[in-house]
Amino acid sequence: MKYIDEFQDPELARRLLDDIHATVTRPWALMEVCGGQTHTIIRHGIDQLLPDQVELIHGPGCPVCVTPLEVIDKALEIASRPGVIFCSFGDMLRVPGTDRDLFRVRSEGGDVRVVYSPLDALRIAQQNPQQQVVFFGIGFETTAPPNAMTVYQASKLGIRNFSLLVSHVRVPPAIEAIMQSPSCRVQGFLAAGHVCSVMGVGEYPELAERFKVPIVVTGFEPLDILEGVRRTVRQLERGEHRVENAYQRAVRPEGNPAAQAMLEDVFEVTDRAWRGIGTIARSGWKLSERYREFDAEQRFSVSGIRTLEPAACRAGEVLQGLLKPHECEAFGTTCTPRNPLGATMVSSEGACAAYYLYRRLDLNPAPARLEASPLV
Amino acid sequence: MCLAVPGRVLDIEERDGTRMANVDFGGVVKEVCLEYLPDLQVGEYAIVHVGFALQRLDEESARHTLELFADLGMLQEEFGDPWELAAREGGFVFPSDLPSDGDAEREEAR
Repeated sequence: MKYIDEFQDPELARRLLDDIHATVTRPWALMEVCGGQTHTIIRHGIDQLLPDQVELIHGPGCPVCVTPLEVIDKALEIASRPGVIFCSFGDMLRVPGTDRDLFRVRSEGGDVRVVYSPLDALRIAQQNPQQQVVFFGIGFETTAPPNAMTVYQASKLGIRNFSLLVSHVRVPPAIEAIMQSPSCRVQGFLAAGHVCSVMGVGEYPELAERFKVPIVVTGFEPLDILEGVRRTVRQLERGEHRVENAYQRAVRPEGNPAAQAMLEDVFEVTDRAWRGIGTIARSGWKLSERYREFDAEQRFSVSGIRTLEPAACRAGEVLQGLLKPHECEAFGTTCTPRNPLGATMVSSEGACAAYYLYRRLDLNPAPARLEASPLV
Repeated sequence: MCLAVPGRVLDIEERDGTRMANVDFGGVVKEVCLEYLPDLQVGEYAIVHVGFALQRLDEESARHTLELFADLGMLQEEFGDPWELAAREGGFVFPSDLPSDGDAEREEAR
């Protein structure tokens, strides 16, 4: 157990690992849904500490990664227009569109700004009444309520030069799509903790029952992951398939009712395309009729933009757990954080980025060393 | 972006009819909207995501997580300059990254 001393509480980590090793009698494949969990797993070598029979499959829970290429192209088109201030979270800056990214748009004179909160974008709109301020609204159930509140505020305060480019996605339909795929190998889920902080656990019992799959709500610190794995494996070994909450300090069963109410008011459920995966029924949100005037796609007439994703990028298979990042031919060669083919290689929660960052020397020594030096 | 960070409420005020707070994330102070946790009080901890408090957290767990994030450099990732971060990831070389003359001499002396 080479890495265990690096854990915040090595003794507890050892106990959890011992328990997992003692419980496992046959192979199990578990999917961690959240990209933050993927990074913790790779960063701390958790997959290497687990028994060989326990395989962790990386899920589609990186919001940047699952945003379709054509939405990125729409963002780039809007951000390039004169009179537009385009606001985004920092991790969208280098996500490649068809021929450039937001970083490039700014270097070409576009007014692209990074905000910490969507409310910052609204303030920019108040301060610049002559310009159109657009916020890039991507993300899962954790990010959607803040964006919903921002649209609600814009409406309440009568701020008309603000709009949202919406590409919000929901976790439960993605779990359903993964389980329905003929190539699915997933036998248990570590559900994304902060999504459940907002939504609670109410959507999961039906999924656990229908697909006979344990779902354990899990945080994203190293010990949280071990505890999530321990509980999932224990259920599998006993032939159970329940929903368990292993992240009680941050997840109440009912979630956050105020945030849910705002989501319901501002958004309505819609079919959404996921990058590399395709459209999943009822897997996302769009602005509800009442707030449609704040829809940037309509305001800037970019709904017609259609883009095909590059065949060389196999992010879709990575996001569905069908391929490990380093099994992709482009990994570490034609696709690196410096020259990414897809979002999974640049996002701070992307699986490809995690493999590249934390394992680059064992997986791909030569190109990794070149990339690591700022002087080459 | 999906990272949610625990923080401690320093003070609360009403702005544009909205309950806002200054929240301390292990030394970095940011403005946070409390509309989704309307009864959160000064001194309490919450999980904050993109400027919104989403769920209460007990002090011990919050401190524990903040320490871990600080150790892993994740607070810097979350609150550092995103343009600089993106530029570095994209391979842009900053003047401060280049070795100064002194570095070169030391290098030669080795």
